[in-house]
Amino acid sequence: MTDSSDIRERTPGVEAAESRANILSYTVGFFFAVVLTVMSFVVAQTDLLWAPGIAVGLVVLAFAQIGVHLVFFLHMGSGPDNTNNIIALTYGVWIVFLVLAGSGWIMFNLSANMM
Amino acid sequence: MTAVTAEDRGPAPPIPAGKEDGPASTRTVVAYGFWIFLLSDIIMFSGLFAAYAVLWQHTAGGPGGPELFDLRNVFIETACLLLSSYTCGLGALSAEHRRIGRFFVFEAMTFVLGAAFLFIEISEFAGMVAKGAGPSHSAFLSAFFTLVGTHGAHVTSGLLWLIYLLAQVAAKGLRPAVMRRLLCFSLFWHALDIIWVGVFTIVYLIGAGR
Repeated sequence: MTDSSDIRERTPGVEAAESRANILSYTVGFFFAVVLTVMSFVVAQTDLLWAPGIAVGLVVLAFAQIGVHLVFFLHMGSGPDNTNNIIALTYGVWIVFLVLAGSGWIMFNLSANMM
Repeated sequence: MTAVTAEDRGPAPPIPAGKEDGPASTRTVVAYGFWIFLLSDIIMFSGLFAAYAVLWQHTAGGPGGPELFDLRNVFIETACLLLSSYTCGLGALSAEHRRIGRFFVFEAMTFVLGAAFLFIEISEFAGMVAKGAGPSHSAFLSAFFTLVGTHGAHVTSGLLWLIYLLAQVAAKGLRPAVMRRLLCFSLFWHALDIIWVGVFTIVYLIGAGR
């Protein structure tokens, strides 16, 4: 019994976290995040992109940056104990998509019909 | 008793790869539970984003994004929050390597950068209210203040949590329970940065679009 409680308090996750999270991973993630952020601000304020495509470009850059944050800062996608986290993330992304797309779909149709 | 049943069953079946640890560690379970909370928080923010997306053109004849937003300030805010996310990660790493002095330096930097972010945001809000563009002026401004203000409230509670956490580390040291709380705080702080990516893209960059 003491053995099992020892196992639970031994926190094997600490070793796993050390092996996959290191200064290099945070620094690489920080570098990518800075590049993507600067690109977003440049794209928004210059004529680098075709004007009607700017919003789409910004959303693509935001998705890329969120991916960088998830992988390099939150350490998604590495380690065997991460499966449940990824399943929960997938479900969360699905709900966020439903809320955003559903609200947009209904409300933009509504305002079009009220014109 | 146990010896007999073990013999009856013959050799134990091979344990599947990755399952040899038995029950998941407390750290894994705590991180999972906190991750579920963060996802529910992100879903709440998606509702505020949806409200903003629906209402952002309803300015009721008042000022809109291009007149109100100063992208230079937003860039400084973004830099503060991103840098604080980086120092927060380095702080957590120092704690795992038991380098407590470094841990306090990095977490203090995290606190200062977070406070700088909050200071810029509050002065932006105060400037808008002084210009008569407060949250009650139009549906656009209501949605703006709710969305950005909720993020700011999260940053505020994160800063209070960080003070509490640093006091705990100072008093109790880096024992396993404190390390788990530190893990939760790091997850919270990184998640706030993810939400800010959505805010500066959707609200400020697209909202200030020409």
